[in-house]
Amino acid sequence: MQIELEINGERDTYEVAPATRLIDLLRREGFQEVKKGCDEGHCGSCTVLLDGMPVLSCVMFAAQADDQSITTIEGIGTIDDPHILQREFVDKGAVQCGFCVPGMILSAKALLEENPSPEEDEIKRGLDGNYCRCTGYVKQIEAVQSAAKKMRGDA
Amino acid sequence: MSKTRDFSEVNQNVEKVDGMALACGQDKYVADFETGDELHLKILRSPHAHARIKNIDASEAEAMDGVAAVLTHEDVPRVAQTTAGQGYPEPSPYDSFMLPRKVRFVGDRVAAVAAESEALAEAALEKIEVDYEVLEPVLDPRDSMKEDAPVIHDEDDCHTVIPIPFEPERNLASSVEFEHGDLEEELEKCDVVVENEYEAQYAHHCPVEPHICIVRKDPHGRLVITTSTQVPFHVRRIVAERLEMPEKKIRVIKPRIGGGFGGKQEVLIEDITAAMVLETGRPVKFEFNRREEFASSRTRNHEILDMAVGADTDGRIQAIKMHILMNTGAYGSHCLTIVCNSGSKVLPLYNKANAISFKGTVVYTNLPSGGAYRGYGATQGYFAIESLLDELAEELDMDPVELRKINHIREGETSPVFAALGEGKEGVEQTIESCGLEECIEQGKEAFGWDEREKRRETGDKTKKRGFGMCTLMQGSSIPEIDMAAASIKMNEDGSFNLHMGATDLGTGSDTVLSQIAAETLAVPTDDIIPYSSDTDMTPFDVGAYASSTTYLSGRAVKKCASNVRDQILERGAKMLECDVDDVELGYKEVAGPDGETVSFSEIAVHSLYEADQRQIAAHESSISHKSPPPFSAHFAEVEVDTETGKAEVLRYVNATDCGTAIHPRLAEGQCEGAVLNGISYALTEEFQFSSKGKLVNASFDSYNVYKMTDLPDMETILVPTYENTGPYGAKSVSEIGINGPLPAISNAIYDAVGVRMRTGPFTPDRILEALEE
Repeated sequence: MQIELEINGERDTYEVAPATRLIDLLRREGFQEVKKGCDEGHCGSCTVLLDGMPVLSCVMFAAQADDQSITTIEGIGTIDDPHILQREFVDKGAVQCGFCVPGMILSAKALLEENPSPEEDEIKRGLDGNYCRCTGYVKQIEAVQSAAKKMRGDA
Repeated sequence: MSKTRDFSEVNQNVEKVDGMALACGQDKYVADFETGDELHLKILRSPHAHARIKNIDASEAEAMDGVAAVLTHEDVPRVAQTTAGQGYPEPSPYDSFMLPRKVRFVGDRVAAVAAESEALAEAALEKIEVDYEVLEPVLDPRDSMKEDAPVIHDEDDCHTVIPIPFEPERNLASSVEFEHGDLEEELEKCDVVVENEYEAQYAHHCPVEPHICIVRKDPHGRLVITTSTQVPFHVRRIVAERLEMPEKKIRVIKPRIGGGFGGKQEVLIEDITAAMVLETGRPVKFEFNRREEFASSRTRNHEILDMAVGADTDGRIQAIKMHILMNTGAYGSHCLTIVCNSGSKVLPLYNKANAISFKGTVVYTNLPSGGAYRGYGATQGYFAIESLLDELAEELDMDPVELRKINHIREGETSPVFAALGEGKEGVEQTIESCGLEECIEQGKEAFGWDEREKRRETGDKTKKRGFGMCTLMQGSSIPEIDMAAASIKMNEDGSFNLHMGATDLGTGSDTVLSQIAAETLAVPTDDIIPYSSDTDMTPFDVGAYASSTTYLSGRAVKKCASNVRDQILERGAKMLECDVDDVELGYKEVAGPDGETVSFSEIAVHSLYEADQRQIAAHESSISHKSPPPFSAHFAEVEVDTETGKAEVLRYVNATDCGTAIHPRLAEGQCEGAVLNGISYALTEEFQFSSKGKLVNASFDSYNVYKMTDLPDMETILVPTYENTGPYGAKSVSEIGINGPLPAISNAIYDAVGVRMRTGPFTPDRILEALEE
């Protein structure tokens, strides 16, 4: 079957089988920044934004995303022109192995769009689905707080 | 000795060299090297804990469209080996095979399939007919050495390659013993003696990226193994042995790695994938699914520790007994060294005891194999001793902090344990040259509010009790006189440097930290260092990322190499300035002559490469260590226990850690925080649950809990600077020590809250309720 997706601002048609998962389509099409961690819907590494909302691409069929927009980490910033969240994650030491980071930053982006001034508890709840075994989360919370402040123009 | 120095690149939070590429999803992990032409490898896993394979019929699987090959034990070389990525010859028994004739745990390898897709490979697994002779399993380490216990390794080709205790006919994987003084006599003399048994449970590393490799042949027929490993050079050697081919036919590349924590210090995927490439002539990818990651990789060793501590009425520790029964599971990977570390990284902390009795007995069971895991035996050892010291403090009616303060090792002191317990052989004597533990205790206490803790005890809710616990810790930095690290540096026209090193960055930030050390030595910004690591063709050797070695040992190699390059720069600079080398000075990216004349690094490099008396400015150096200087740490936990549900919640956790000079303070804090949260998660929730037949039943994040962001307590990390003279710019290790504290600190806090001693981990609501009811 054919589906139409807008991925990081580019609209295209893709040939998929009914059972093709979104993560497999994305990685097949070169969006390798979408990471496969547990492959069973728990760890959050495969998070992408579907019309701005975080979803787990490993437990979703590609066809369910038909006619919607998908944002991967590449869609929000580049090495030369990073998103504030990407900058803050690096500066605050929130990136160790980095495997969870694309998913975590996308969850954070969705959170900050809905709630530009989250309390620490709200950040924890918003990013609870993104596992990180390296950092102990301390620096990641700090990065989101700092990014929120900068995005609001407070700093 | 001076505790702070004036540095420009080390002890600074420079930008992590791969940070932005990772945050933008651009840097590559193994899976990102997939090109689409690979076959997919899947392993048929044993459904039985203990069985002999009588016959395998793979004909139906082989005949399936899209299946390229099936390998069974009849098709691959039978080479007894260990999967442990350790220095060679390894102190682990050679008891495992690429494909065994006998399976020893549920999840052991039986056969391998390579097919055009994962789904096809999985379908083919179901078509393989295996006829098993099911044997009685051993599922409790206490039963392993009983007279009538089934023998797990009864094939006569398992052996050891160095003389270490190994009696497979009794299910004894290894053992170690060390006696200092006369324990019984000293205990007899003590005013207070406490003794108890502790049990530290199985657990898993849970890296977010599972084990994965892609193997392909290059145009010259060499095998190129791109793999998620902590030990690329050990992978090359072990795969070469398993496939009976020379190392020159193999190149191992480690790209970015999604975490390891010891689990990737093990050769679990590369051998069979390489064999499949040889069989099919095609590139092959093998990635563990999450069940395999839990059930078929390696684990925290389950240990049962029989402990005693005796002291005089002043609280001076006179005697320590630590007798360990360690369950290594089906294979003895790392088993002797882990049990040794339960003693060697723990007992020297209380070095004034007149008598120490240490015994480690390691037995096989038909359960998943133990292996390296952050803390490496010290985690289990600290649970026992630091909990027992809390019991001792109570007997003595003494503040647990004071008890530590009068007993812990100090600068200028040694312990007989250092010389006695090594890695499969005797250890190396050492005197402590830097110890910030007193300061860690003071600063940790202050930040935690230890002395004011009674004010926080009242919860206002009768069913909720609050308690406070603490512990102190040490670890090591590399394995002395065994581990080796090497680095090479060359200078480029613009005054930048390529830094090539065997050291393995598995997400820890070592590429950054080692670049900082090179930059500090060469007087350039870290940005002028171009690091490249862990490629067996392109970089020098390094044993790999384990034993808390990289910052210390690989850092020493990098510093030595950079110093050599710096000397060459000064020499060339002097020649260009037409003066004596003793009259020039190293400046920031330049060399200055006696009259204030300067030549820039760029001019020096161009001169050396193109202009006169050309000779490349470059060096190669290696380093071994004769010491393993311990980092130290004090941990404090505030815990609330709900007496109705049994739930223990950590409210606040403080760790104050002496890692010498923190080369990158923020990354060092991150190591502490990550290790501590992993430890808290281990203390409160993580465990393996087995069926009555030995099958791991919670092999999923669904049922094996790891701590998520909402589980994070209020956490504070304090870095306490010391200066370790043998380390690069005063640095010691930091990565492992933090995981050792939560089990005892939380256990002690639970006791302080509700008066029950939790001596078996994890401290789940069920266990706490049960203890409360007793």
